[in-house]
Amino acid sequence: MASVYSPPGFNFSNEIRNNFLLEKGLPLPKATSTGTTIVGCLFKDGIVLGADTRATEGPIVADKNCEKIHYITENIRCCGAGTAADTEFTTALISSNMELHALSTGRKPRVVTAMTMLKQMLYRYQGHVGAALVLGGVDATGPHLFTIHPHGSTDKLPYVTMGSGSLAAMAVFESGWRADMSRDEALNLVKAAISAGIFNDLGSGSNVDACIITATHTELLRNVEMPNQRVEKERKYAFRRGTTAWKNQTVRDLIVKEELTTVGAGPGEAMDTT
Amino acid sequence: MPDMVSLAQPQQRQFNPYADNGGTILAIAGADFTVIAGDTRQSEGYSIQTRYAPKVFRLTDRAVLAVNGFAADGNMFVKKVRQRLEWYRHAHAKDMPLRAIARLIQTMLYARRFFPFYVYNILGGIEEDGSGAVYSFDPVGSYEREACRAAGAAQSLVQPFLDNQIYFKNQVPAPGMAHPVHLPLSTVLSLVIDSFTSATERHIEVGDGLEMYVVLAKGSTAIQSLSTVRGIQEMTVTEDGERVFVIRRELKKD
Repeated sequence: MASVYSPPGFNFSNEIRNNFLLEKGLPLPKATSTGTTIVGCLFKDGIVLGADTRATEGPIVADKNCEKIHYITENIRCCGAGTAADTEFTTALISSNMELHALSTGRKPRVVTAMTMLKQMLYRYQGHVGAALVLGGVDATGPHLFTIHPHGSTDKLPYVTMGSGSLAAMAVFESGWRADMSRDEALNLVKAAISAGIFNDLGSGSNVDACIITATHTELLRNVEMPNQRVEKERKYAFRRGTTAWKNQTVRDLIVKEELTTVGAGPGEAMDTT
Repeated sequence: MPDMVSLAQPQQRQFNPYADNGGTILAIAGADFTVIAGDTRQSEGYSIQTRYAPKVFRLTDRAVLAVNGFAADGNMFVKKVRQRLEWYRHAHAKDMPLRAIARLIQTMLYARRFFPFYVYNILGGIEEDGSGAVYSFDPVGSYEREACRAAGAAQSLVQPFLDNQIYFKNQVPAPGMAHPVHLPLSTVLSLVIDSFTSATERHIEVGDGLEMYVVLAKGSTAIQSLSTVRGIQEMTVTEDGERVFVIRRELKKD
């Protein structure tokens, strides 16, 4: 009963068909990959995460103001770069599992737990889940900041960058980061790093999002900087009513008219309900 | 020990001499003027090489050339066209007419049929009869005179907009009315600015700066609408003929 029994592990039954189609010149559909700048930075009281808000499909801007800082738990957040759908679904799945984990253990979840879950999942998929992540948070053991690559390797560093704008952002961190910065110093450094990506990397753009996580509080600063507001257009492009040509026109009355005819007992006489 | 059999296999090496440097150009012809515009960003991949690399060049007082595609080829091509125009001046003691420049560009492009200049050209200016004209070319010299044309990275975003706003495609005129054949200069300039600010919003290779060249026919009345334009600069060399102006604007830099 091959149709009923499904073996454990991955299903490779379409492998031969897909390779055949590829040979015939029908490639697999290309997933949208987001050029991005995402960063994270350690400071005196916790972690600051940062992200730009541009999503691209090749050279076209798909979303001018998307959210790249994803919720994992109240004290852990994750920035995503790479294939948009993959970053969204992996973080959502791990967020779910973290909540279940917290419920079953009765403890506040730790950043390493999320990191381990993410890397094990990404390793299992051998890089085919194209998520490049910056994971940060504060737990019982203190503040932690990780990068997680699509194949599952991880780094634990005091300041990290990822995405197509990672070099521009890292240049800012390398020149400006110091140990034990204040909250405002760290936020300003993250803003500068994301701005470097926005202005010098074509895959990044629009606004700066930031998230400050401390032992007691998580603050999401959506669009903290908006340095790329569109200027007003020179002309108005409203079209005159009747501009669009049509070939034929039919008008249907959507109001159904009905006439009520009472049968038997006349109006005003109550029904016998005894 | 390396496998000598696999080393003996034929190997193919490739060198690609071309690059795509992004950016967009655009030209619109009016009754007695032409506007030729381009953004000033030069990029390769996800990197900006420079925020100011002009793509629009004054050739004569009645001809302006916009080049887009591979920047190195574009600059070299403009240099060679200018040299041919200078030789023409020395031989004939006058500037080459616009339609003759168009034909010259065709032969210069086709001369490189099997190692082309990787450039899309748009030539704009004033014809000998005083009308505004736009000529657009493909990289190997096929060309056509048109009223408007966009080329480059955001061509697919801008050309449909121009078809709708210049040629009034998919627009039915009001009863008893007709669409204008030529638009006034102020309207054309507004459409050019909106084309580029909009392309900047949705195309990552467009931005940084905008240069708009305006070529006016001799005695054109469109000069009046230019007097109020901020930061306009005259580029005319000869007196009592056609006049060339350039208008510069900032575009978003992300």
